[in-house]
Parts: sequence; C-alpha cells; structure tokens
Amino acid sequence: MQVPADLKYSKSHEWVKSESDGTVTVGITSHAQELLGDMVFIELPEVGRTLKQKEECAVAESVKAAADVYAPISGEIVAVNSPLVDAPEKINEDAFSAWLFKMKPSNPSELDGLLSAAAYTELVENEEH
Amino acid sequence: MLKTTPLNQAHRDMNAKMVDFGGWDMPLHYGSQLDEHHKVRQDAGMFDVSHMLPVDIKGNNVRGFLRQLVANNVDKLTIPGKALYSCMLTPQGGIIDDLIIYFLSETWFRIVVNAGTADKDVAWMQKQRDDYAVDLEITPRRDLAMIAVQGPNARAKVWEVIAGSQVATEALKQFQSVEVGPYFIARTGYTGEDGFEIILPAAEAPKLWQALHAVGVVPAGLGARDTLRLEAGMNLYGQDMDETKHPMESGLAWTVDLKTERDFIGKQVLSDTPVTHHLVGLVLLDRGVLRSHQQVVMQRDGVEHQGEITSGGFSPTMNQSIALARVPIAVSVGDEVDVVVRDKKLRAKVVKYPFVRNGKVLV
Repeated sequence: MQVPADLKYSKSHEWVKSESDGTVTVGITSHAQELLGDMVFIELPEVGRTLKQKEECAVAESVKAAADVYAPISGEIVAVNSPLVDAPEKINEDAFSAWLFKMKPSNPSELDGLLSAAAYTELVENEEH
Repeated sequence: MLKTTPLNQAHRDMNAKMVDFGGWDMPLHYGSQLDEHHKVRQDAGMFDVSHMLPVDIKGNNVRGFLRQLVANNVDKLTIPGKALYSCMLTPQGGIIDDLIIYFLSETWFRIVVNAGTADKDVAWMQKQRDDYAVDLEITPRRDLAMIAVQGPNARAKVWEVIAGSQVATEALKQFQSVEVGPYFIARTGYTGEDGFEIILPAAEAPKLWQALHAVGVVPAGLGARDTLRLEAGMNLYGQDMDETKHPMESGLAWTVDLKTERDFIGKQVLSDTPVTHHLVGLVLLDRGVLRSHQQVVMQRDGVEHQGEITSGGFSPTMNQSIALARVPIAVSVGDEVDVVVRDKKLRAKVVKYPFVRNGKVLV
C-alpha cells in the first residue's frame, strides 16, 4: 500500500500536504480510491468557502459508490483542481498527485492532530482485519 | 463462512478484488471494472455465474406443472433447447424470482434461478409440487458451474476452445441451447451482447476458464456485470423487483401471459389489480451519478408525481449516468423529471430502455 511518509492523513482517508506558503493541499488516499474503484464523478467545493474541520465539502463517486470528502482541518478553500472534474480517473492513476483542493488553515494546530504515515498505515491495516 | 464457486481459486490467481455477495465470495473486478465493461461491449469477457443455481425438474408432465408455477407460458417452448424468461409469483402477484426455463424434453426442464433466492425458490417449487401432488423430481444442481462468455467475439472464442462446439451451436438463435459433451451451451446472457452461458460440471470449470483466458477472453466481475445489465435494461432481482412488486410495475408485463385461459399462481390478482406505476429509463442531464433509492419528482398541472430509482449508476458506454425508476404512469417517455441527489435536484430525461444493445447506444 502506498502511503507517502511526507504527508499527513485523516481517519476519513484524506491526505494533507503542508505547502511552503502556509496553505495545505488535500486529496483522497490511494487506499480510499482502491476501496471505491473506478472514479467517475467529482464534485469540488467553491473557492472562498469556509469550512470547519470534518465538514463535508466534496464528493467522489466511483462506478460503485458515492463517498463524501471531509475537510481535514478548519479553514478557507483557496483553490480547487478543476481539471479533475473532467478526468476523475486521475485519482485511480495517482491518488497522491490528483489533489482536490487547497485550504488556508484557520487553526494550524489542527495539523498536529492528523495521523502520520505510520499511524494511517496502522489504521488501514486494522480496518482490513 | 462464505460460499465459494469452483472458480474461487482462479479468481484469486487473477488478482480479483473479492466481495461478499449475498453470502458468496465473488469477484467484484480484476483491476478495473470500466475496462472489463468496455471489453465485453467491444470484444469478449467472461463471468463466473456459478452462484446461480440450475434446478432440474424431471418426470411426467413437467410442462403441466410449470404452466401453473410461472407467469410466462411454457407452451411457447416447442423446440427442445428453447429457453423462456419468466417470473415466478406469489398468489398475491409478487415476484418470488425471475428465472430462465430451458425445455430439454417433455420429462426434463431446467430452470436457472438467482443465487440470493435459490433456497427460497427450491422450497417454493417443492411445496407447489407437493400441493399439486405431482410425482416430479426437483433437483438443485450445485454440482454444476456456470460461465457466461459475452461480447461480439464471445461465440467465436468459445468455438476456439470447445472442440465441436461451432458445428453444434452456430445455428442456435437467441434463447436456444444445446448439449455439447459435458457442456450445456445456451445463447443467452445478461449484458445486452451476443454470447453464451455455459453450464458444466464443477470440476471442468477451471479448465474452461483458463482455456478461454488463453484465447483472450478477459475475466469480468460483478461490477461490470451490473453496469452492463443496467445499460441493457435488464432487471436485477432485489433491486428492480421483489415480492412486494408486480411484474406489471417492474417492466415485465411482456413476460406475463394473461391472454390464454391457462391459470397460474398470481394470475387472479394481476388481472384484478389496476397498474398505477411502471418502470422507465432515466438519462441524467446534469452532472452526477444516479443511485438506487433516490427520489424522482415531476410537477404537472399542479400535481406532484413521485417515484424512486430502482437501479442507478454510471454508464461507461454512454459516459453519463442512467437509471431504471419506478414512477406513476402519468410520467412517461419524453418527460423531464427531477432527481433528488443529496441536497440538490438534478434534471433527468425519461427514456425508453434498453439504453445499449450490441454495442450501440439506443437512447
């Protein structure tokens, strides 16, 4: 299973990358796309929207099911990956480069509460057993 | 403990993603459901459908028994090998199961029933036999496996690997079958493509599976089976119909014979009950994916008509979302309706299904 060590993770299977400008980039993990199967529809949040941590903000639908995507931290949406809407299969091809949105954290300390790669790997392995 | 088919190891060897499907350990896909779907529409794919159950009914006057047991008329079966799709109904007209009946001889009919309903179906058949005091043998054939080979090149691939099968099956029309050695080969399927469903001894199944794979037939899982059958406008038991629904409100009026004098279980209620709902096709006009149980709404002349999606999903062939929905008969082909998806209303068009047959989009 692919779990890049330099990212943080949420229990709801989002990955979070801290950027040098203070924003964070968010996507869904390789494990999540594997569970969902072939992706066919993505709904992204509006830029400018303010979110609380764990608030539903995007939808990823595969041939099999619809999955809500949650804000891993509180903050404002500052960018979305619009081209993904027309090519949702990019998530299956490389979940860690097919980002969904970028946020400006309103409470950066929430980042410390996210899971490390090791902790996320453990979470997934426990789910599978 | 999940039940397994004779091909369980073969699926694992091909890296299938296995899922619990009504108590059966079955392949969902072997990597990409979409690729498998396209392969069946464009070339040839194979499905393990051994979880379905062939039931042999043997004895004197099987035909007379089936005349009462099922809603379609087995007297349409005149040539040995011919198959008939039918519902088996409760006395209230609810659908116990949909099944395919093969006429092999006057003393031997074979019925293939769904996996999830198999035990209930066999119990019901046995009860009817006992009640009508018919001296018939009803035998569930768990010793058999079933492989569906589907796609425009499916028949040619089968001919390549089963010696003598071309001569024996080339002239078969849709819904006809023939025995070739240990193989029972029928020109039927659940994808809207040409092909065969092959019933064979369980021990033979892995060998045939490997041989078909060796000539380029790709394994396809239950995921692709569902998107293919939805595009083909074929009902799925438990979703598009069940014991609480009549065939008439499930798009299956064409399978119910109310014209002849023959009586059958459920006939009286079907004859007496006005039809208020019907099954229609929907094509989503907005972006999104239709799913079963979403509400369908149409306003007309100040009246709100409400229905429900019974099967919805993404059509890989059309690259947009489609659905089957049960709606009031006031809603008809050509209308536009709203579908409630999460917190939004999306626009959809009511169409006549099937959506896709033999690789061509029809709507």
